[in-house]
Amino acid sequence: MSMQSQEPQPSTRSPHRAGEGPPAQANSFGGNAANVPVSKMGVENLCAWFGDTEVLKDITLPVAERRSTAVIGPSGCGKSTFIRCLNRMHEVVRGARVAGRVFLDGQDIYAEGINPVRLRQRVGMVFQKPNPFPTMSIRENVLAGLRLQKVRIRYEDEVVEQALGQAALWEEVKDVLDRSGGNLSGGQQQRLCIARALALEPEVLLMDEPCSALDPIATSKIEDLIAELSDRYTIVIVTHNMQQASRVADYTAFLYLGRLIEYGTTEAIFQNPSCKETEDYITGRFG
Amino acid sequence: MSRPHATNVVGSDQPGEHRGLPARSNTPRGNAGTLTPERAFQAICLLALLLPLLLLLVLIGQALAGGWDRLTWGFLTSYPSRFPEQAGILPALAGSACLMLLTAALAIPIGAGAAIYLEEYARPGRLTWFIEVNISNLAGVPSILYGLLGLELFVRALQMGRSLLAGAATLALLLLPMVIMVSREALRTVPQSTREACYALGADRWQTIRRVVLPMSLPGILTGIILSLARAIGETAPLITIGALTYVAFVPDSLHSPFTALPIQIFNWISRPQAGFHVNAAAGILVLLAIMLVFNSVAIGLRARFRRRLA
Repeated sequence: MSMQSQEPQPSTRSPHRAGEGPPAQANSFGGNAANVPVSKMGVENLCAWFGDTEVLKDITLPVAERRSTAVIGPSGCGKSTFIRCLNRMHEVVRGARVAGRVFLDGQDIYAEGINPVRLRQRVGMVFQKPNPFPTMSIRENVLAGLRLQKVRIRYEDEVVEQALGQAALWEEVKDVLDRSGGNLSGGQQQRLCIARALALEPEVLLMDEPCSALDPIATSKIEDLIAELSDRYTIVIVTHNMQQASRVADYTAFLYLGRLIEYGTTEAIFQNPSCKETEDYITGRFG
Repeated sequence: MSRPHATNVVGSDQPGEHRGLPARSNTPRGNAGTLTPERAFQAICLLALLLPLLLLLVLIGQALAGGWDRLTWGFLTSYPSRFPEQAGILPALAGSACLMLLTAALAIPIGAGAAIYLEEYARPGRLTWFIEVNISNLAGVPSILYGLLGLELFVRALQMGRSLLAGAATLALLLLPMVIMVSREALRTVPQSTREACYALGADRWQTIRRVVLPMSLPGILTGIILSLARAIGETAPLITIGALTYVAFVPDSLHSPFTALPIQIFNWISRPQAGFHVNAAAGILVLLAIMLVFNSVAIGLRARFRRRLA
């Protein structure tokens, strides 16, 4: 269960720049040399606990900039915990603990003096269940993040239209912006949550099983959206749906029982997995 | 073998028909006349519902029969009198109104504040647990004990005298455990996922409480407070204990003025021998019931609006 050879080795010199590391690291994203993406985030020896239960064990993983990375694995493997460690949401839960390092543009987000509140403005998140603010209108939901940060919004209408447009929701709600966000359908609510996250123009967008509460049509809309957004944003998506991972992700990490079993390009993971567990899982033998 | 058979059962001849759900009249035990355990249970539950309703109807009917004729504008705007036909409830009505306003002003900030602290800030531990258990216990303490506490603490130790302020403080004390409990319930209805949505947008705890948690739980908190106030307006024992007057020929004009309240006035009239005063008492009960009905309707209306918005 140790790291595979194509995994980046933990490097104290530059854990976050794929192009500058040793050869093993230059290969870490598996693309051709001309098109090797830059690492936006780097996870090093990450361990996480709930009380005394260790749910993540020594995870080391790069996250490519302006690409989408899928985290797959059976239920309870620590996927959600992993993604919640990337914007320090894990520690919001009582009794939760984290060790190890997570770099964002080379800066350890668990270092002393890092304000998790500021961090979350750069690393947005979409949750499993759509959770728009029920007391706010659609418009206010989109603007909520900016309002919370007391950003002076000069062109509110433009911000709202742009965020909803990026979330492929604008056409459906442009005439009912002042209605409550709670009246939308589940799929629309989830896209509203994506718009709410995008309005802050985050550098990284974390998505924790964003389609698990949605029907197939809403799911395919959101998948199209993710594929489109990954040109502009760094996306990490947790999913238990392997087809979804293969459809939307450039890179895939397979977690099992709290450990990273394998990481590579989605193509490599699904067509040529090097670990037996990965192969068993993606061929549906367990999970 | 079993598979094609199963599909055959599900696949009905009539495609439009609801499958798998037998119509209600077809249930074998649903035939009228047979006493099933469920039917017996249903009957007992219905009885349990009807009994208190019946008692309430009798009470209202009796009060209506006794006091309806006495319920005039003059009755509401007159001072008490030795002559039952001339007596009115103005001081009691004004006293009750002032008492409710003051009680609300005291109990809402303290109760809601305590609830917010316990729910949002306090770390779960032995001390928090101890406090929680005791708040639940306090909600069950007989109101006359609050009256005795109010008498010692507010009337004597704090030298408020037998004043409106002492009465309101005592009632606020009585309401606090209830207000804290309903407010905590309301805060707990805000799902963790909504709080996390707010944190994930880069909000700190204070912003999350102020912008998301409080707006979502406010209608619930208000509903609970109104229901508590509806209970407080009928409280008699603690007010008698701290020495509210039974004969007041003036409307309270300051926090320190002596006062009376509707239930005390009713209690006073009902304990007199003359039949005329009993009629007054019945009319007073009608006024009290009407006020409580208004309070409860407002609370129910608020709750319904709240539910619709969150649906």
